[in-house]
Amino acid sequence: MNPSVASLVPVLGFLSEPVSVAHYLVVGAILFVSGVACMAVKRNALGVLMGIELVLNGANVNFVAFASPYLQAEGGRSLGLDGQLIALFVILLAAAEAAVALAITLNFYNNHATVDVDRADDLKG
Amino acid sequence: MDLASQLPSLLGLAWLLPLASFVAILFFGPRMGPHGRNAAWVATAAIVTSLVLSLIAFVGWLGVHPVTAVDHGGHGAAHAADHGDAGHGDSAHAGHDAGHGDHAAAVPIAYSGDWYTLYEGGRLRLSIGWYIDSLTILMFVVVTFIATCIHVYASGYMHDELHDVTDHEVTLSDGHHLHRPGRFPRFFQALSLFCFSMLGIVIAGNLAMVFIFWELVGICSWFLIGFYYERKSASTAANKAFIVNRVGDFGMLIGLMALWGALGTLHFGDSTATGPDGEPVRQAGLFSLFRPAHAGHALRVPDGMVKFAAADAVGRIAADRAANPVEAAGEIAGRTADWRGMGYGNWLLFIAGVGIFCGCVGKSAQFPLFVWLPDAMEGPTPVSALVHSATMVAAGVYLVGRFYPVLSPDVLLVIAYVGAITLFIAATIALVANDIKRVLAYSTVSQLGYMMLALGVGGWVAGLFHLVTHAFFKSLLFLCSGSVIHACHTNDMRKMGGLAKVMPSTAGTMLVGCLAIIGAGIPFVIGLSGYYSKDSILAQALSFSQANPRHAILFYAVAGGAFLTAFYMFRLWFMTFAGEPRDHHVAEHAHESPQVMVMPLLVLAVLAVVAGWTLPGGLGIANLIEQSRPAGTAVTATGGFAFGQTLTFPAEHLSHGEPFHSTATWTAFATALGGVLLAAAMYLWRVVSPAAVAAMFRPVYEFLAHRWYFDEIYHAIFVVPVHGIASVASGIDRGLIDPFINGLAWAARQVAGVDAWIDRTIVDGLVNATANATWSAGLELKKLQTGSLRQYVVFIAAGTVAAFVLASMLFKSSLAV
Repeated sequence: MNPSVASLVPVLGFLSEPVSVAHYLVVGAILFVSGVACMAVKRNALGVLMGIELVLNGANVNFVAFASPYLQAEGGRSLGLDGQLIALFVILLAAAEAAVALAITLNFYNNHATVDVDRADDLKG
Repeated sequence: MDLASQLPSLLGLAWLLPLASFVAILFFGPRMGPHGRNAAWVATAAIVTSLVLSLIAFVGWLGVHPVTAVDHGGHGAAHAADHGDAGHGDSAHAGHDAGHGDHAAAVPIAYSGDWYTLYEGGRLRLSIGWYIDSLTILMFVVVTFIATCIHVYASGYMHDELHDVTDHEVTLSDGHHLHRPGRFPRFFQALSLFCFSMLGIVIAGNLAMVFIFWELVGICSWFLIGFYYERKSASTAANKAFIVNRVGDFGMLIGLMALWGALGTLHFGDSTATGPDGEPVRQAGLFSLFRPAHAGHALRVPDGMVKFAAADAVGRIAADRAANPVEAAGEIAGRTADWRGMGYGNWLLFIAGVGIFCGCVGKSAQFPLFVWLPDAMEGPTPVSALVHSATMVAAGVYLVGRFYPVLSPDVLLVIAYVGAITLFIAATIALVANDIKRVLAYSTVSQLGYMMLALGVGGWVAGLFHLVTHAFFKSLLFLCSGSVIHACHTNDMRKMGGLAKVMPSTAGTMLVGCLAIIGAGIPFVIGLSGYYSKDSILAQALSFSQANPRHAILFYAVAGGAFLTAFYMFRLWFMTFAGEPRDHHVAEHAHESPQVMVMPLLVLAVLAVVAGWTLPGGLGIANLIEQSRPAGTAVTATGGFAFGQTLTFPAEHLSHGEPFHSTATWTAFATALGGVLLAAAMYLWRVVSPAAVAAMFRPVYEFLAHRWYFDEIYHAIFVVPVHGIASVASGIDRGLIDPFINGLAWAARQVAGVDAWIDRTIVDGLVNATANATWSAGLELKKLQTGSLRQYVVFIAAGTVAAFVLASMLFKSSLAV
């Protein structure tokens, strides 16, 4: 691709480069921000939980990318199995978290007949 | 029988039993039967046991010291002096001393020793000890006997106290009479303590112990006079008796100090002290210091007093010979005789004697301290009989008798004149008194004056003999008066009369008492107890008057007193028992007293008759007392310096001979008969109207009826000034000291107010401000806690971003990789 075009539109230039850690980080960041936005705007508790999953997986993408030896520049170092282990741990954590969170949601529904998080303001100061 | 070791145990037990009874009643009295009824039994049992022990001691004494008729010759004096040689021994040493005496068979006339030593240091020693001679044992028997009679009598007389009492003489502020629980055990408790104290005086082996029990007797008297303490008159009388006695005791303290300071011992007899190395040391008692055996038991100023009086000269010699103390001591000892010849120590001896006598003046109600005794009649009548006629007031006479060897001729003269003044004043007041108990009270004062006078003119046996006989008939008279009061419910003789018909036993026994006190008898044949004792006083007074013509008035005082005594006693008897009832209301209710009260009267009446008799073989109270005659007092003595004349004290045995004996007997008989006849003329036959006589001698009558204005004079001289000083003092207190104290308090309050303002405003303000700030911060911050989940997410995200931005701005260099 023409460097001048790439200089005009940075994103195009970025897309034209070979896949590196940076690309993964961008995807992870997009996932993370989407998740946060989802948590912030969804009034449905299940929606909020989905946002949490996005945030966790956005982070997981970063760990996996840092762990991969293939994405490193010449002479760079990867996290190796450490990063993959942490990713696995996060998946595990997400599963456990989902179980607890769903239980809370069910109880909340039993008590309030809704899953609207805006109604959950009993802890208001 | 080893008398020396048994006498202290017997009499000591007899002495302590009433104390045990006192303690028992003090702690368990109210629980002794219904209303403490059995307290009377406890107290009576204790005193009866004491009487039995005293009688055992008495019989034991007679076994060792058979009483024989007194030899009126010169040999009697020598014999008594020899006895004195062997006497005054500590019990452990008595036999030893006797063995070394001139007469191997001589038995000590007195036993002394210590039970317990309170303090011992240097030459000073205080102890609880005994001094026992025939006088001690006789007094034990008399005191416990009369106390027994009075305990029995009181268990009947005080029966009102067994249930609640309404005291008609006390009106409360709400107009009702005082209603209070009975105090039966309390009465017997005080009676027991009194017996203990009185016996303590009698047995005491030294003056310090005498003084302790002297004061105990005083406080018992206070308890008993103030028994009806709700009555204003009773509590005032109790205080009066106590305070007047304090005045006399002050003099006694001075006398004690004179002896203690100069001689360092207060023991009567010789005693055994502990030496510096723990070995026993013989310490001379007062009697052997004042009348040393090597000087023939003649009274002389002891070395200690001479050196004390000549302290200047002693100090000069000690300073001159400072290098050689042994030589100095030798010179002082050598010159002591010279100093004694120059009269050093005479005044100290005089002060010691008069000081001790002052205590006796208070206790035995002598002029000028006799005013307490008539008021003491506020106590229940058994108290009057026991405490204020027969025993406590006898303590003063007893002490003068016990202390007799130490009294110098000048002191004896003072005693004689005080006795004479007392007997005359009291007898004149008794002439016009209308309260039956007050007549007897003044009669007691008058008779005590007799005893003092007898002792003062050298009649040692006469005075103490009269003490014993008087104890019997005066307690009898008082108990009779109590019986009358019990029946009539009044003390006023003007409301009585004709009681002999309804109360024959009381009237008869009281007649015996009256005859005894006036000394009735058939001259030279036989008489009642008072006949013997009063005659011996008259005889000795006559003997003294002839030896010292300047003091003949002492004899006339005794003779005049005998006339007055006869008059007022029979005035009392006629007004009470003879003639027609004056007040029918009283006469209707009169009745004979119960058996428990009459029995003691009969017993005492018998004794009032026989107490003066001497049995064939010599056994009699006078001869028994004669056994205890202090060594060296049996002979005629001369001396005196204080009044500028030489006094002669004729030996007492001379008064038993002619011409004194018959003159005295006829004088006593004539005066007594005259008094009785005059009383009969005025109150029995009514040939002379008492009212007319009173009107004729109006000023004299008024003077006597107001008791010589003694109370008024004392009120003006002592009470009013004391009240004045007290009101000035209280004025200073209220006007000066109180405002000052109150001002201090006001200032302290002001300072405290400022303090409080600082505390409240500044200190509290700071603390409260901190608390308020924290509180409001919390209020503000709590608004952040919206409870909305989605806001929290936004906060977290925004916060993270913000933190990141902040970090990137602050740590630019580290982030710029």
